[in-house]
Amino acid sequence: MIDAVVAPFVEFSFMRRALAGCLALSLGAPPIGVFLMLRRMSLMGDALSHAVLPGAAIGYLLFGLSLPAMSFGGFFAGLAVALAAGLVARATALREDASLAGFYLVSLALGVLIVSIRGSNIDLLHVLFGTVLALDDAALILVAAIATISLTVLAVIYRPLVLECFDPQFLRAASGWSSPTHLIFLVLVVLNLVAGFQALGTLMAVGIMLLPAVTARFWAEDMSGLIVVAIASAFAASAAGLLLSFYANVPTGPAIILLCGAFYLVSMLLGPRGGLIWSLVPRRHLEA
Amino acid sequence: MKHHLISRLALAAAVLLLTCGAAAAEKVKAVASFSILGDMVREVGGDRVEVATLVGPNGDAHVFSPTPADAKALASAAVFFVNGLGFEGWIDRLEKAADFKGKVVVASEGVKPLTMTEEEGGAPETVTDPHAWQDLANGKIYVANIRDGLIAADPEGKSAYEANAAKYLASIEAEEGAVRAALGALPEARRKIITSHDAFGYFGKAYGLEIVASQGVSTESEASAQDVAKIIRQIRQQKIPAVFIENITDHRLLDQIARETGAKIGGALYSDALSEPGGPAPTYLDMFRHNVGAIATALSS
Repeated sequence: MIDAVVAPFVEFSFMRRALAGCLALSLGAPPIGVFLMLRRMSLMGDALSHAVLPGAAIGYLLFGLSLPAMSFGGFFAGLAVALAAGLVARATALREDASLAGFYLVSLALGVLIVSIRGSNIDLLHVLFGTVLALDDAALILVAAIATISLTVLAVIYRPLVLECFDPQFLRAASGWSSPTHLIFLVLVVLNLVAGFQALGTLMAVGIMLLPAVTARFWAEDMSGLIVVAIASAFAASAAGLLLSFYANVPTGPAIILLCGAFYLVSMLLGPRGGLIWSLVPRRHLEA
Repeated sequence: MKHHLISRLALAAAVLLLTCGAAAAEKVKAVASFSILGDMVREVGGDRVEVATLVGPNGDAHVFSPTPADAKALASAAVFFVNGLGFEGWIDRLEKAADFKGKVVVASEGVKPLTMTEEEGGAPETVTDPHAWQDLANGKIYVANIRDGLIAADPEGKSAYEANAAKYLASIEAEEGAVRAALGALPEARRKIITSHDAFGYFGKAYGLEIVASQGVSTESEASAQDVAKIIRQIRQQKIPAVFIENITDHRLLDQIARETGAKIGGALYSDALSEPGGPAPTYLDMFRHNVGAIATALSS
């Protein structure tokens, strides 16, 4: 049993690389997902992952499948959409989610248009469904660097960010940290999406960010507990997904995300904090 | 009176157009099923023949589906060149749809067919390998068949077709020598490549190259870890020096495989279709030059 788990990683360096990439991704993205969830911005991650597309596409068209070009392009496109949406939300009557929806749809359409002008949509499909099996040194370093930056910055802005989650009015009234925190957080979201699309493709990048976060919600209550459970479940799903892909011959990215999803479903049913099964067990009345 | 004038003018114009049409129609209209065959017909036909190709450069003849325009081109053609050996599965339907009355020439007639194993969704099946043109000796048979077909369709051009064909056959023969020289110079142990496309059976047999079909990765969909592991194991066990896997379009994955096995990654090989005119393989002979060059570069240590 242990041999079956270890053997593929011993025999093949691409499996080791994939595991290392997944570990880095699992350290960086799920904590961001936890904050997105607590701030009721879960779907924003999805919207932003589509907003990354035109930037990555422009980078691809200008420089080919070049890691820095596509990463920078994706980063700036995602950031531009997030900032524009935030500005519009603050300056007009439109809410942030609505303005974000507007911008990301425009951005997505632009991305598809740019891609089809050059006519080679096949290659770009591989970008959209990037592959964790092909992580080279540069990609690994990028993913690891983003995880490091992400965790460090998160530690620095941890207090205002938690406050913004639970009592944004208080934060706004008590200090000038509200807007900068929000801005830095958006940068982190986009950075992690860029890391994710190196390994899993843009469509899957959000999966490893949000599914572990919502999974953790059924196991832990306080902030640190949520983050630890989210990271652990993301890493477990990645490692198990790689092995599943190895033994059951299924594509790796979807296998990892589906396992994240399976963890979520199991947690939703059995999780000690609000799992469905506990609501079926009649609770004893407190008696005096 | 005015009406009279217009109808006269129209009549004159029509007569003029008809004569022009007749002058242009003196060229023999030929249709070839795919780009490689089209190039051969063009070489043999020279100025006397106008060639249309159904499956153009970079097209896939296996999955081609004819359009009404193709049926129209075929309906007005005098002679239709096909590869045969089961290569063009869509041909019968198209001939019927186009109501084609001309002569069909099977270019591969007289070729000694090889078989190949197909594993598309289920049990392996032995079928005739249609890619006979990948052996230049067969290419010469193709040219002879094309020459005879054109002579039958246009007897007046007999001497022109014979002269063109003789010239073309000579250059094919020269290329044959060049191919043998280039591949023969490689060390015996290194004459082994792995390809994803099962189109090089004739090529390998004719020029003493072992062509190993890649296991695993069989579609353009996302690869699984098992697919990649299988290819890596295969390359290691059989000590294959070069990899030509076309259907992994993601070069990052190929690079990974190369890093892990030490095998070289060869470029694209042209098998079923030519490239665009400006590309690396715009003609049948250019295709050979390109493929042999790519293979020799990858296999020379």
